[in-house]
Amino acid sequence: MIQVVLKIEDLKKNYGKAEILKGISLEVKKGETKVIIGPSGTGKSTLLACVNRLVEPDHGRVLLEGEEITSRNAHKMRQKIGYVFQDFNLFNHLTALDNVRIGLIKVQKLSKEEATQIALEQLSKVGLSEKASLYPSQLSGGQKQRVAIARALAMRPKLMLFDEPTSALDPELIGEVLSVMIDLARSGMTMLVVTHELGFARTVADEIIFMENGLIVEQGPPALIFSNPQKDRTRQFLRKLTELYGEERIK
Amino acid sequence: MVINSLPVLLKGTLVTVELTILGLGLGFLIAVPVSFAQVYGGRVARLICSLYERTFRSIPLLVLLMLVFYGLPQIGIRFAPFVSCVLGLGIRSSAYQSQIFRGAILSVGKGQTLAALSIGMTPFESFRYIVFPQALRFSLAPWTNEFTIVLKDSSMAYALGVVELLRQGSYIISTTYEPMVIFLTCAAIYLLMTLSANKLMGYVEKKLQIPGFETKEVSH
Repeated sequence: MIQVVLKIEDLKKNYGKAEILKGISLEVKKGETKVIIGPSGTGKSTLLACVNRLVEPDHGRVLLEGEEITSRNAHKMRQKIGYVFQDFNLFNHLTALDNVRIGLIKVQKLSKEEATQIALEQLSKVGLSEKASLYPSQLSGGQKQRVAIARALAMRPKLMLFDEPTSALDPELIGEVLSVMIDLARSGMTMLVVTHELGFARTVADEIIFMENGLIVEQGPPALIFSNPQKDRTRQFLRKLTELYGEERIK
Repeated sequence: MVINSLPVLLKGTLVTVELTILGLGLGFLIAVPVSFAQVYGGRVARLICSLYERTFRSIPLLVLLMLVFYGLPQIGIRFAPFVSCVLGLGIRSSAYQSQIFRGAILSVGKGQTLAALSIGMTPFESFRYIVFPQALRFSLAPWTNEFTIVLKDSSMAYALGVVELLRQGSYIISTTYEPMVIFLTCAAIYLLMTLSANKLMGYVEKKLQIPGFETKEVSH
């Protein structure tokens, strides 16, 4: 039996009168990559933030490997969930190396030597061993995002959440981040990714989830969603996205 | 004459330094919780702290000193002149320092805390390891400024009869009748202390410097 890593049940979130999430349920199995697409302001980022309790949902449950994530156990559960932000959020006062190992030292209480070794390994996986001693202000956007991915991976997460990881990047820097993410997906990491990068979705996604107005409109394998979407809204959105971003960015 | 008056003036300088350090220290101790309450506190705590900070930033130091020294005894609270001055300087400085710390904490983007939480840090750990080290660097330059302001304003202790630098100077003048020379000497000592304070803080800033956190030179 394939293990379900993430299970979201009927998640709802309001901000004041605005209903951002109107009851979202989905599952991500071990090793799967699911990609969420949809127009801006439809609650995709809120959904990710609700998963690891950076935003407190109003209703519904989130389970990681069968264990419910609550506000009480959130900081323990977050160690098992890697989170990559749109605007990187590297710790500005720490070098790339310290960014990656601070969680290992302060949260997982590893020794400095052990943490350094793991951190250097992760940095080399994202191709940044040489930049270990540089500060965020000395790195390009693409490099910052790769350090952020290394920081999340260093904690050995069960699940990686990506919140539009390439949206804040210059076009020529997007490729380096996507290729790290593709490697990661192929290595068997369980991933839930919010992105507009259809090329990425086509290449590695096991399932595409189209969200609009706080609801899942349609979901299915990329071949089906891209070539033969069942809903008009999905079709319109994909057409607009293709016009905006071009057909493919990944060969 | 300058040389002869120096030992007495330096005795006064020592009192000035004591007033400055104790005033700044008291201000710091009050300012830290006040700034925390203003950033992280609930509505009531924020309101109380804002009221506190606005009030004491608006009252002239001299009026505050008079209130503490002459006003409070009427309701049975009596402080020695020196203690009154430390209280006055400290309370006023706490209002300003709280704004320095509040601003510094807020300059550290919300994303930094979110990222810290996302790797499993507790709210306290995120503050301790992520927000505080950055806020500290943001606050150094304005804090240096506050340091020199308290140093110079400690001369208001003159009004309560505390024998600090300025009053020692006026004692000497009452026997030598040389106000120009003596007051100039006092001014020179203040100048020297202010410059040293800036130098010292500049050194601390350099020690803590990190790419991306360069602060612009602050002139006084």
